[in-house]
Amino acid sequence: MNAGSAQLLSVKDLSVDFASQEGVVHAVDGVSFSVGSGELVGLVGESGCGKSVTATAILGLTRMLPNATVTGAIEFEGRDLLALPENEVREIRGRDIAMIFQDPVTSLNPVLPIGRLMTEGLENHLGLSHTDATARSIELLSTVGIPQAAERIKDYPHQFSGGMRQRVMIAIALSCNPRLLLADEPTTALDVTIQAQILRLMRQLSSEYGAAVIVITHDLGVVAGMCRRILVMYAGRIVEEGPAKPLFRHPHHPYTVGLLRSVPRLDRPRADELVSIQGLPPDLSHLPPGCAFAPRCWLATDECWCAAPPLAATGEGRRCACFHRDRLVERETERVAP
Amino acid sequence: MSGAVSGAVSGAVGGAGSGVSAPAARATADVATSPTGGDALIAVEGLSVHFPITSGIIFRHKVGAVRAVDDVSFDVRKGETLGLVGESGCGKSTTGRAILQLVRPTTGRVLYDGADLAHLGGGALRRQRRRMQMIFQDPYASLNSRMTVADIVGEPLKVHGLRDRSGCKERVRELLQTVGINPNTLNRYPHEFSGGQRQRIGIARALAVEPNFIVCDEPISALDVSIRAQIINLLQQLQREFGLTYLFIAHDLSVVRHISDRVAVMYLGRIVELADNAVLYGEPMHPYTQALLSAVPIPDPEAEERRRPVVLQGDVPSPADPPPGCHFHTRCPAAQTGLCDLESPSLAEVRPGHWAACHLITAEDYPHIRAGEDDLAVVADGPPDAWPGDTRSDHSGDGAALDGPAGGGTPPASGGEQA
Repeated sequence: MNAGSAQLLSVKDLSVDFASQEGVVHAVDGVSFSVGSGELVGLVGESGCGKSVTATAILGLTRMLPNATVTGAIEFEGRDLLALPENEVREIRGRDIAMIFQDPVTSLNPVLPIGRLMTEGLENHLGLSHTDATARSIELLSTVGIPQAAERIKDYPHQFSGGMRQRVMIAIALSCNPRLLLADEPTTALDVTIQAQILRLMRQLSSEYGAAVIVITHDLGVVAGMCRRILVMYAGRIVEEGPAKPLFRHPHHPYTVGLLRSVPRLDRPRADELVSIQGLPPDLSHLPPGCAFAPRCWLATDECWCAAPPLAATGEGRRCACFHRDRLVERETERVAP
Repeated sequence: MSGAVSGAVSGAVGGAGSGVSAPAARATADVATSPTGGDALIAVEGLSVHFPITSGIIFRHKVGAVRAVDDVSFDVRKGETLGLVGESGCGKSTTGRAILQLVRPTTGRVLYDGADLAHLGGGALRRQRRRMQMIFQDPYASLNSRMTVADIVGEPLKVHGLRDRSGCKERVRELLQTVGINPNTLNRYPHEFSGGQRQRIGIARALAVEPNFIVCDEPISALDVSIRAQIINLLQQLQREFGLTYLFIAHDLSVVRHISDRVAVMYLGRIVELADNAVLYGEPMHPYTQALLSAVPIPDPEAEERRRPVVLQGDVPSPADPPPGCHFHTRCPAAQTGLCDLESPSLAEVRPGHWAACHLITAEDYPHIRAGEDDLAVVADGPPDAWPGDTRSDHSGDGAALDGPAGGGTPPASGGEQA
């Protein structure tokens, strides 16, 4: 599963700190993972867990934030994006690595027709003439399912519905045949029937274009149907990683367990009460010294409060950062509720 | 049980008319009332809310109307949770607000214990409002950032003159305790609390006047995943404790299934289907409900592989210019030209307690005119699952018993032979 043959992206010990008035916010704290060519990876976590900041760092956009300190390495096809000068990153950004943002309303420039938004990348990155770029844009728009693309290319973002705007954004992201696509909550702003359309489109296009996709979301259902490998983040760290099926069937980290249990499911009998995770997500500027999940964890012991558990292998392609992972791994056969 | 349904239903067209005298009636227990009538705390009759579209700068004149809610009738029974689902812009929030008279209905009646709220005003309305409250979607926007928690939760007590100064403070402490907030924080401001805690404060404010009925307008959609379950559990616990009646408005179908006794599905300002929870989720009849349910992703890759969603084409049309006939016909996989695009179907009781607005539903093909797959089937109420991951029957032997229809390729329990 872990397409190790062709490593496209390799994030090594990435940390992103933001200076703020309340102190230093450790948004991302020593995150390492890799993505193979054409691989579909899901990055799951709640708001404030650092998943979007990770994406921002991969795109090299953190360098534009004056209060951000980034350490570690982000190797894309062997080149460390953090070490490259801005002009070289600019060539990669948008061409080789593209992004689909959460909110199609605020992330498309409202004063430009979508044709301009689309041809911009094609002209700058691929050196197409305006006529060629326009022709290609129309082609892309029809690929993503926008009817009468030739006419609609002159329309402005506000003339499109939410789902259509997200299609436009996907078309822009795909325009330069990127090898890596970062989709940050691509369907969160959309209705469920539109979400189904967009997810189907993304699946179809990623296989057609052979692009690797990192889907960043809080919705476990979205990644379950789309991704082959899952990364779970909590308070700036990856707490669990593994191939989707075994991970969903049998999570090894208490947080993943809690997350999966707290969501009601349409294909399961109706429970009287949901099993919720107690407490609140931690404040990233005042993280506890040990495991960040310890205050909410039913397995926590003294050990958990003192030191942060390392991310260690728990099975084929699986890693988990928990001192008590053995207890949860054992459950694979035992089936004991906490 | 016959086709002659009180109030809401006029002469149904074509198949639907003949269909309503459904022969087979699986004993659906206590359900025998129409959308309006029965043991209702709130009865909504022919409710419409139209927002005018105006034009002109000096002489503003009306050029059209957004039909946010269009002739909606239903009731909310004492002590139940009625789920109201639909996509954004379908009018579900406006319906909730119109019931509380936060938006005045254009036409129609809202009966609370028999009194029509739509024609009340001033003090009379305020006195009625004591018995019904609202929990808002956004815990950041719905609490006044310049008021302390004590002021926010105590304000309804002051407005209704329920407690004197010292009694008020005592009551606020008690309320905070009830919703799980440390009562010693009552002099803090909303920004000092997290989203989930703020939502708890919003709930305490709604409870302050001891209402019977609460409209919950997307109370969890702004919250983090791990906090949602806490708030849902709190709402259910309060309902048991105080005998509350909820109108639970949400777009998240799995949450609505979890919390509701009955569910109404709205599309473009109209109710398209209304039934008992188990019936609606188990045997959805309206093509829109079926598509909506099939579109919900399941947090399980294996279930996802088997799921074949009915992906609806196109977008929801504008409520300012809804399509003629059945509002859903432009996206309906089963629409029939010459019928669905001309005649608007009325909400008819297809089986006792199961209401649907569709020309194509007859009792003969009940419960399915299924447009697509059968995976999302049903799921009889049963014991909760102890462990999220390991219950697929093909993977763990001991989990199979709990699986119910979700395991393997078992056909949906809904059968299809019932009618």
